[in-house]
Amino acid sequence: MAGVRAAQAMRRAGFDGVITVVGDETHTPYDRPPLSKAFLVADDPSTAVRPVVPDLDSLGLEWRRGRSAVSLDAATLAVTLDDGEVLAADGVVLACGATARRLPGTEDLAGVHVLRTLDDAIGLRADLDASPRRVVVIGAGFIGAEVAASCRTRGLDVTVVEALSLPLGRVLPPDLGRWCADLHRAHGTELRLGVGVDGLDADGSGRVHAVRLADGTVIAADVVVVGIGVIPNTQWLDGSGLTIDNGVVCDATTLAAPGIVAAGDVARWRNPLFGESMRLEHWENAVDMGVHAGTRLLAADGDAEEFAPVPWFWSDQYDRKIQLAGRCDAGDSVELIEGTFDDARFVALIGRAERLKGVFGVNRPAVVNRWRQHIADGISWDDALQLSSG
Amino acid sequence: MGFKVEVDYDKCESNAVCMAIAPEIFEVRDDDFLYVLNDTPDDSERPRVQEAVDRCPKQAISIAEL
Ligand SMILES: Cc1cc2nc3c(=O)[nH]c(=O)nc-3n(C[C@H](O)[C@H](O)[C@H](O)COP(=O)(O)OP(=O)(O)OC[C@H]3O[C@@H](n4cnc5c(N)ncnc54)[C@H](O)[C@@H]3O)c2cc1C
Ligand code: SF4
Repeated sequence: MAGVRAAQAMRRAGFDGVITVVGDETHTPYDRPPLSKAFLVADDPSTAVRPVVPDLDSLGLEWRRGRSAVSLDAATLAVTLDDGEVLAADGVVLACGATARRLPGTEDLAGVHVLRTLDDAIGLRADLDASPRRVVVIGAGFIGAEVAASCRTRGLDVTVVEALSLPLGRVLPPDLGRWCADLHRAHGTELRLGVGVDGLDADGSGRVHAVRLADGTVIAADVVVVGIGVIPNTQWLDGSGLTIDNGVVCDATTLAAPGIVAAGDVARWRNPLFGESMRLEHWENAVDMGVHAGTRLLAADGDAEEFAPVPWFWSDQYDRKIQLAGRCDAGDSVELIEGTFDDARFVALIGRAERLKGVFGVNRPAVVNRWRQHIADGISWDDALQLSSG
Repeated sequence: MGFKVEVDYDKCESNAVCMAIAPEIFEVRDDDFLYVLNDTPDDSERPRVQEAVDRCPKQAISIAEL
């Protein structure tokens, strides 16, 4: 995703040399967001699959599809593939994303899914088409919440199990987490909060049939979706000479080493706008950082610009479009500036240390955009509150 | 050569990304629908419209050459 955007940006900038794209998935590079939404509910799931960019075929890319890069030498810019081929390059874009975490010991159980790739989605969809009696979603993060919502839309019984006391408890302040919990309950999704999963039980054929919780409860389930986060794909970069710290560490311009840039879910960089090191798992960030990294690779060091976005993320759950711009942590202040938590639409500001950090909106995209600009301007919390009341 | 802004409203989900980029051309109103305020903008607007095309999460916008 970020990789193709980087390639597209280089082509648009006039680069006419060879661009080789290595990807271990065999499908034409596709967009992931629909996989937890339309792909699971549409009559024809194939309508929800689209290539990452419409002009993919005209970019003149050389493909190594279904092949993995197994090592990189940062000093020589040589990339070795799983079949032994060595690609020599003048520049390398690292856009290798992240892998969904699994529950240890459940890899071989039928009916247990993670959701990251199109193949994952095809497998999950087939299990949902078989009219399961109950789906258990482990983890109330964004992916888990969207899968639960899609299952409810299909009329399936769903239980979401979350070890924290509120959904998205590590990211959202409690008021917003409670709102997420209420949204699930209002749509008939059962929530088990503050309890961990002890293990999964299988029947004789190796198919999951129950989820055992730490408090001793057993929930019968014939489909289990594990949504407990992702791990950046950096294992193959061990020994490359790059700095790896929960992602590929790059400078503020996305450069990880001379001739090497990183973008998307795998990249960690210091965002000068927030003065904070971040790694984002957002579609828009993959697009924008991909473009930035591609441009950076072609630029002379002196012309390199910093990558300083206000992060932006959306999530569709039930009939709600949730959008979050900026930053948000569990300990931040929350101020409702439009609507109430009981309304179908509302907007809340998020602040900390006298500064406006973020905005959380439900079915209010235009308002979120306006505030996103204020966040970029770096306005104070007091000014934000004044602006919202005037 | 001018161009025309086309939006596939079946795909559009009114998330207003395009509006943030070019508010004189795209507007998402309180009724949650996207309105194209000017579907034949001046050629000088082409880069911004192209940015909206590229960043629309639904690939709902396209440029038709006139
Ligand atoms: C189900 C789902 C729903 C989502 N919904 C939303 C949403 O609503 N809103 C939002 O903002 N974001 C959403 N996202 C997040 C968004 O899709 C990601 O942030 C984006 O895909 C990241 O792009 P990327 O290019 O960094 O990584 P990826 O898209 O993961 O691409 C990396 C590719 O590199 C391949 N690869 C990795 N290592 C190697 C190797 N060594 N050799 C060869 N190939 C390799 C991977 O297999 C993968 O194909 C969603 C993600 C998922 C999974
Ligand atoms: S960015 Fe795309 S989906 Fe969003 S409002 Fe504009 S056209 Fe619609």
